[in-house]
Amino acid sequence: MNAANPEYASPECLLRPGNTNCGGCGMSTGLTMLGRALANERYSLVIPACCGIVAAGAFPTTSYSVPVLASTFASSPAFASGVAAVNQLNPRRDHQAEHVICWAGDGGTYDIGMATLSAAAERNEDIIYICYDNEIYGNTGGQRSSATPVAARTTTTPGGKGETKKEIIEILAAHHVPYAATLSIAHPEDFQRKIQQALKIRGFRFFLIHAPCPTGWKTEPADSVELVRLAVRSGVFPLYEVFDGVNFRINAEPDGTDPAAYYARQKRFTGQEINLERVKTATRRKMRRLRQLASMNQ
Amino acid sequence: MNMQLVTGNHAAGHSMSLAAEANRNARGSVCGIYPITPQTEIVEFVARQPFSKGKVIPVESEHSAMGVCIGAAMNGARSFTASSSNGLAYMAENVMVAAFYRLPIVMAAVNRTLGPPWNIWADQGDSLMFRDFAWVQLYCDTNQDVADTTLLAFRLAEDPRVMLPVMVCMDAFITSHTSMEIELATQDQVDRFLPDCKIPHRLDPSHPVTVGGMTMPQETLTHRTDLDAAMRSVPAVLDEHRARFRDIFGREVSGALTAYRTDDADRIYIASGTISITLRDIVDEWRAKGEKVGMIRVKQFRPFPAEQLAELCRGVSRLGVLDRNYSAGTGGIFWQEVRAQLQGQGDHLVQGYLVGVGGGDVVPETIREVVADLGKRNRAEAPIWKGIEQ
Repeated sequence: MNAANPEYASPECLLRPGNTNCGGCGMSTGLTMLGRALANERYSLVIPACCGIVAAGAFPTTSYSVPVLASTFASSPAFASGVAAVNQLNPRRDHQAEHVICWAGDGGTYDIGMATLSAAAERNEDIIYICYDNEIYGNTGGQRSSATPVAARTTTTPGGKGETKKEIIEILAAHHVPYAATLSIAHPEDFQRKIQQALKIRGFRFFLIHAPCPTGWKTEPADSVELVRLAVRSGVFPLYEVFDGVNFRINAEPDGTDPAAYYARQKRFTGQEINLERVKTATRRKMRRLRQLASMNQ
Repeated sequence: MNMQLVTGNHAAGHSMSLAAEANRNARGSVCGIYPITPQTEIVEFVARQPFSKGKVIPVESEHSAMGVCIGAAMNGARSFTASSSNGLAYMAENVMVAAFYRLPIVMAAVNRTLGPPWNIWADQGDSLMFRDFAWVQLYCDTNQDVADTTLLAFRLAEDPRVMLPVMVCMDAFITSHTSMEIELATQDQVDRFLPDCKIPHRLDPSHPVTVGGMTMPQETLTHRTDLDAAMRSVPAVLDEHRARFRDIFGREVSGALTAYRTDDADRIYIASGTISITLRDIVDEWRAKGEKVGMIRVKQFRPFPAEQLAELCRGVSRLGVLDRNYSAGTGGIFWQEVRAQLQGQGDHLVQGYLVGVGGGDVVPETIREVVADLGKRNRAEAPIWKGIEQ
């Protein structure tokens, strides 16, 4: 933290310099983009056990420029429900909203926090929930989660993961939440627009950020943005949004890029027989399903 | 006088609801709720109330019920919940967080046997698993005690010298579902008794801090010694607020320990919860026979009132501790505590008795056997199980 530099004291600077995050950390870029999108907003973060809370640094310093409440691993939506309830009971005199944002990894979202997340979504709590998905338990050194893609090597799937990842956006959409969307740090304008969109809505809003973890993915830190760009272009990580759980809209159509390029640059997929045809088929099927859903908008 | 025939659950729900409403001019009140037998009626009672500035959040688990309370308290609200048995076990991680975040949350714990095997009857093993979690624990005997202690719990928890969560415990069914005629507090009385809830370290966007981030061992040590100091302030603060309670409500609310006929006793029996009500009758019965017996009811298990107990037991050679709970391989938890706390405080024979573990009725005859057993003893042995059919 460099308090003397006015840039770091600006409201845009959510994650301040001096944090100890890894080079090429997709979560860190996501926080930077989030801070810019929320520069004029009042908000608090609720962060469960994950790299996001370690990023705060050691007491009494903090890398965050907004209030942060650390929650237990499974509890961020429950803690946030309590915080949001008190905000509702105490509206500000200037009627400005006080947002409550959960910032959680995929382990806290897809796995241990799933019941809590589902319940808060079902209750339509006035929370923005953002999952930065690095497809791994990154903070503990890279174990598989239910967000880890098929075939990826992790410390607990040394021979490659056998199962495919959960479709978390569709799970949230099935809760009829007002808004759910994917975000890519390679598409900053789309990122900004969707956060602004969420600010216009009250109730439960969910975001999924594709967040490279060079340490866990065994990738070059400088490749992070390029990798997630390839994921969008090849359809591995489609950019789309869902309104009220039923109205799907695709924000960036894949341009025919071969997903092989995405896999080839990550050592977590080497040493294994990656069935790229299977991946491509799955990607095509997923995009076809998304287009069908988008065509049925009400 | 507002006398009504109500259950222990009703008494707890009534007091919690009045306390919640009493914070309407401050940041309001929040209750995270989840059902479990036998406490369900408490959260049902709270859910029926039309609070002017309060919110009841029906969540998907006990873990989240406490999570909601933590988030709400961290945002400055008066927060409370209730649970029992395996629900408390499921909640455990966040129970600890509530105390370590120094949040004045109040929880009614209806003591029910932990399963398996599944059993809904009284046993204190559930709340006692939190004895090292930095919660104040108060074990009630009557429905009146539940109603009054619940109010006292909010006052104690929110006192800036304490700022710790408080658990108000009662026996499953014997208290929770049995009706007694008690005097219920009015909103006006509770408004006078409870000041606005002020949580000094609540989240504040104009002063952004990270609550619960990493600390090094030195800072963690400071955190723990601060918890210890807060705990040690409880006895004096509790008595202060009991005096204020008497002024406003016109009745006494029991304190950490209640001694009965101990002045010239040569044997003292120690119990908690509803067992102490029956024990009191047996003490009278044996006094009538000329036996110098007395009893102490332990209400405040955390912090344990060690000095007060040592003072009451000074010169008394034989002590019998009755426990409706059991720590496998050792004995009753109150018995362990009494032995540990009296270590070096004089020469006491401390005999443990396991009565009503798993919820069996503790009838007068069981207690007569305990009283007689200690009378014949000149040395202690391993805790004695009562109620096992041969």
